[in-house]
Amino acid sequence: MKKILFTLLFYFIFLIKSFALIEVDITRGNLDPLPIAVSPLHVDVKSDNFKDLKVKELGENISEIIEKNFKNTGLFNPLKKDAFVQKPDIAHLKPRFEDWRLIKAQALVTGKLLIKNEKLKVEFRLWDLTAAQEMTALAFTTTPSNWRRVAHIISDKIYERLTGEEGYFDTRIIYVAESGPKSQRIKKLAIMDQDGSNTKYLTLGNELVLTPRFNPTNQMVTYMSYFRNMPRVYLLDIETGTQEVVGNFPGMTFAPRFSPDGTKIIMSFAKDGNSDIYTMDLESRVVERITEHSSIDTSPSFSPDGKFIAFNSDRSGLQQIYVMRSDGSNVKRVTFGKGIYGTPVWSPRGDLIAFTKMHKGRFYIGVMRTDGTGERLLTENYYQEAPSWSPNGRVLVFYRETKAGDKGEGFTAKLWSIDITGYNERKLSTKTDASDPSWSSLLSK
Amino acid sequence: MTLKSNLKNILLVIFATLILSACSTAKKTGDIDGDVYTGKETVEFLAAGVPDRVFFATNKSSLTTASRATLRKQATFLRKNKNLNVTIEGHADERGTREYNLALGERRANAARDYLMTYGISGKRISVISYGKEKPVNPKSSPLAWSQNRRSVTVKVN
Repeated sequence: MKKILFTLLFYFIFLIKSFALIEVDITRGNLDPLPIAVSPLHVDVKSDNFKDLKVKELGENISEIIEKNFKNTGLFNPLKKDAFVQKPDIAHLKPRFEDWRLIKAQALVTGKLLIKNEKLKVEFRLWDLTAAQEMTALAFTTTPSNWRRVAHIISDKIYERLTGEEGYFDTRIIYVAESGPKSQRIKKLAIMDQDGSNTKYLTLGNELVLTPRFNPTNQMVTYMSYFRNMPRVYLLDIETGTQEVVGNFPGMTFAPRFSPDGTKIIMSFAKDGNSDIYTMDLESRVVERITEHSSIDTSPSFSPDGKFIAFNSDRSGLQQIYVMRSDGSNVKRVTFGKGIYGTPVWSPRGDLIAFTKMHKGRFYIGVMRTDGTGERLLTENYYQEAPSWSPNGRVLVFYRETKAGDKGEGFTAKLWSIDITGYNERKLSTKTDASDPSWSSLLSK
Repeated sequence: MTLKSNLKNILLVIFATLILSACSTAKKTGDIDGDVYTGKETVEFLAAGVPDRVFFATNKSSLTTASRATLRKQATFLRKNKNLNVTIEGHADERGTREYNLALGERRANAARDYLMTYGISGKRISVISYGKEKPVNPKSSPLAWSQNRRSVTVKVN
């Protein structure tokens, strides 16, 4: 990955500490998205060709990715380009603010790019049209094949400037790609950019694979595989493709997740009809038992400070969510609502736990405070589970299945996302059916 | 009336309602008793008269009277075939979270294994694997299909 992960050379052109008039509130569902004009980036005529890259169209293509990212947030309304009133290169120098205001734009993104000596040089500016001033500007250099990531990084910078929150566009999602009939599903690990492009398959589908999860600090992944018909937790380096079994357990290990500092894997180990929670330190390989109870204890998830663990247990009879200290002490049940609860996942911001709730044959994705209060159900459906947080803790991705007919026909599994406001539910585009999504951290951080 | 006896009365009413509603849902319809499958469809045989699988109620891993009878037949069969080893596969239906279902399948398979062991079959001859909800025998989304999928299946390995 490090080869793909490029060295970004950031330098600020100039940064005006202006007091901007526009800002986007992302704490509520936004029913009035901010009209924003994303001008195509101007392509310098002195640009070299680079491999099979369509250099002339690059400025247009980058702006389209930015527009799609913005549209998907539900917070922005990218305006149609045919109403644009200024050429990209001129607008980038200094826009005629009143002309852009005429088409009802409140913010404007301009930029230019140059490919020289196999380097792509990009700069962009974000303009506050109401205040008639520049809000932010940035330039960077990278290898031209990274042009899609350039678009995502620009999107992140603009999102940060307008919302005050970290972006989540320069990220990837790992998931399980599904194909074949429902009773003989073929499952492969797959990875894609957050916007659905660059899909790559990491396993061949010869064995069943489940529940991949990113290490929040690097490009390692932990997942469960039935390799040689032995259900075990594995560690996979997606840069080198090397993988190994985690720990030397005599039975099934499953439900793996990394600790927030990336040094441990927490998971369930099942033996003799009982599942308990264990951690393994990746460097020392020391295994620690965290729970010891005759019930099922599974789906563990650390709080971002590493001090607590949320998990799923049926010690009260049915599946509920519990929180304990990371040494296993002080176990407290936190869900007491109607129905049963599973898959607790601690928000990267630390303030919420996302979960799956099952009640009267319906499935819900929801969030609650970490003591179980303030439960909010975001979406209801026939079947959905396994929420995973965007790195800024504002969006959840999960999977949803449809009802199957007599021969299993009509069955689909797809990835969906929803804002924690409960607004902006949307289906992610995947090449195949998909389940068990896990959202990466920001790649360039 | 004191608050305490008031509460007691309320609890009694709730309790009675629960029993009544439990009775009304535990109906016997065709091949499902409660919500445990009792039919013959999907069942295969280790030998003549020895069914290979037992079925479970939703979220449960306890063995029904019929399941115990099936497992006793399996135990008799395994005693007669001393060189035979088996794997018990535990399964769940699709109406639960994936990770919990993996644990539940493991618990169901072990419930069957434990019962075989109490009937004299060595634990060394019985391995266990859980597939959770990953391998439904009936792909339909219906209560009947789900009841057929909540199962543990004894499979010969040699």
